[in-house]
Amino acid sequence: MNMHKYEKIWMLFGSLTLLIFLVVVGISAFYMGNNPPSCAVTLDPENVREQEPFTEPGLKQIGDNEYQLTIVTSAFDFDVGNPDKVVEIPKGATVHVVSTTTDVVHGFEIAGTNVNMMLEPGYISTLTYTFKHAGSFTLLCNEYCGVGHHLMTATIEVVE
Amino acid sequence: MVKDERDLTRKESKLVMAYMYVAFIALFIGATCGLLQTLERSGKFTLPSWLSYYQILTVHGVILGLVLTTFFILGFMMSAQMKTTGGYNKTELRLGWIGYWIILAGTVMASIMILLNEATVLFTFYAPLQAHAIFYIGLALVIVGSWVIGFIIFKRHARFRKENPGVRTPLLSYMAVITMLMWQIASIGVAVTVLFQMLPWALGWVDTIDVLLSRTLFWYFGHPLVYFWLLPAYMMWYAIMPKIIGGKIFSDSLARFTFILLLLFSIPVGFHHQLTEPGIDPFWKYMQVILTFLVVIPSMMTAFSMFATFEIRGRELGAKGLLGWFKKMPWGDVRFLAPFIGMVFFIPGGAGGIINASNQMNQVIHNTIWVTGHFHLTAATVVMLTFFGITYWLIPSLTGRTLTPAMNKLGIWQTIFWTVGMTIMSTAMHWQGLLGGPRRSAYSSYAGNTDTAVWDAYQIAQAVGGSILFIGMILMIIIFVNLSFFAPKGYTAYPIAELHDAAEETPKVFENWKIWIGVLVGLILFAYTLPLIDIIQNAPPGAKGFKFW
Repeated sequence: MNMHKYEKIWMLFGSLTLLIFLVVVGISAFYMGNNPPSCAVTLDPENVREQEPFTEPGLKQIGDNEYQLTIVTSAFDFDVGNPDKVVEIPKGATVHVVSTTTDVVHGFEIAGTNVNMMLEPGYISTLTYTFKHAGSFTLLCNEYCGVGHHLMTATIEVVE
Repeated sequence: MVKDERDLTRKESKLVMAYMYVAFIALFIGATCGLLQTLERSGKFTLPSWLSYYQILTVHGVILGLVLTTFFILGFMMSAQMKTTGGYNKTELRLGWIGYWIILAGTVMASIMILLNEATVLFTFYAPLQAHAIFYIGLALVIVGSWVIGFIIFKRHARFRKENPGVRTPLLSYMAVITMLMWQIASIGVAVTVLFQMLPWALGWVDTIDVLLSRTLFWYFGHPLVYFWLLPAYMMWYAIMPKIIGGKIFSDSLARFTFILLLLFSIPVGFHHQLTEPGIDPFWKYMQVILTFLVVIPSMMTAFSMFATFEIRGRELGAKGLLGWFKKMPWGDVRFLAPFIGMVFFIPGGAGGIINASNQMNQVIHNTIWVTGHFHLTAATVVMLTFFGITYWLIPSLTGRTLTPAMNKLGIWQTIFWTVGMTIMSTAMHWQGLLGGPRRSAYSSYAGNTDTAVWDAYQIAQAVGGSILFIGMILMIIIFVNLSFFAPKGYTAYPIAELHDAAEETPKVFENWKIWIGVLVGLILFAYTLPLIDIIQNAPPGAKGFKFW
């Protein structure tokens, strides 16, 4: 099979671009640790609230400027530990977000940040994020879960 | 055989038209739902209380993503094979009808369940949302019916090779075989989850379901599903488009090689839809990201071939300079214009796809309305404009009618409405997605914070785009009805391009199916065996079914 000279140049250019791109993605993933959330820790989806750390949802300081934010998600609610559904986080704090679902698949997204992961029954999802900007951020569900899907919400207040 | 004024026999034409009627009814219903969705989400309109946003969203996805595409594609591929191999015999035609009725029965069953609000689970039907068992049986029938058609396509291709030893097989028949081979191998995944996981669970035979396993089987199928939409568009670009502009196919071998690469890199890639899911090892996610990106190579080969065809033809017509060919293209011919705009939209569509499949960037856009914007570029523009382009000659060729200048002009308006509407809607979706706006959501002001309030403007833009698209859809339906029943009788040729004089002999290895199926199965085993063992061994207790609608 003969290839036209221009086509060879074009393919070489394309393949090299691809190679560079994959190397960049690979280095970012494995050397710099920017892997997508993939915590393969399981639990029984039937009684989530009886299992650590979901017995006590909410924000907990675990170190110097370091917090764990535990959220129990269910249709159509993010239980962040208070009825107002507002979490106050100091600006610049590193937050380990831990969540799971008690029923169907939900999405867990803090709009305007890279906090975006799937919650699946039986699995704990975790992600670490540093809030560098002050302001109100909205936590919402981005995977269809039923009629009230678009009403699932909570607020993250990042304060100075 | 009497062909009267058609390229296919009356019996063949009747079979293909049966597929086309369903496809265009589906277009009407699905696009109408699309309009209602964009209006609802603009926040300016509310749906009547008996109609839920998510119910029409389910209709929209199922009827456009599964019904319209499947019927159009199977009908088109059978017609291309009938035309290029010398026609279907009695058995092949009968099987064509059997497949048709099975798929239609499945479609009707699933549709009734959706309309009764028993299956508001969207077209991805993710467990543990649990639809009525009849919905799952309907889906299984659609798949089984499509396997019958795949079998006909393989059989007819084999019959051609047997009856014409040593002759190069028709390019379109070869491409149809690759497309159906990919489809059959991929749809095993969804068939397994529907028949062995979801159906017993919906019938109450088992209490729980392994959610991650079912999602993994779904996405093993889900990505090849989008290539199943795309490959028939490629068939048109490679083997028919040159004829429309009066040129020839650039290279038969390269076209076949492209299809083989697309076959190999279409299936072992499903994890790039599951990047943000817990329970899958990051190493295997990255492996499948690499396999996903290899599709860049056949895509670039296609872009090269297309533009080479255009430029060669332009120069034959006296074009000078680097871009002189551009002026020589038949812009006033809708059979060229619609698929050409489709091709152009593949550039932003492909670039967006690279973002979606990247480990890190995926996290920014996953499940945001960016993704919806993406596949409204690729599926709803690239593929649909090409399918519309096919309609302008396929339907009159089947019905023994002609495309009048008036209909051609209406078709050009149709293309303009579709392009403008989709550009507005899709751009607004992409932007809103970057700001975090979720997909698959009814209108909401969320917690009332300012970060989500800015999304309203984008949602209004989507409603404007959606309304323009609705007009485009109505124009298309008018054209389809005209070409089916009212256009003047006459002969319309089924356009098939010839090879360029300089094109060489096609290597025999391309017809060696054992090799290609072997390599494909090897790649699938590599990409899926260990992660699947992992997923099954480390599975948490199963999930019960829920009906939250």
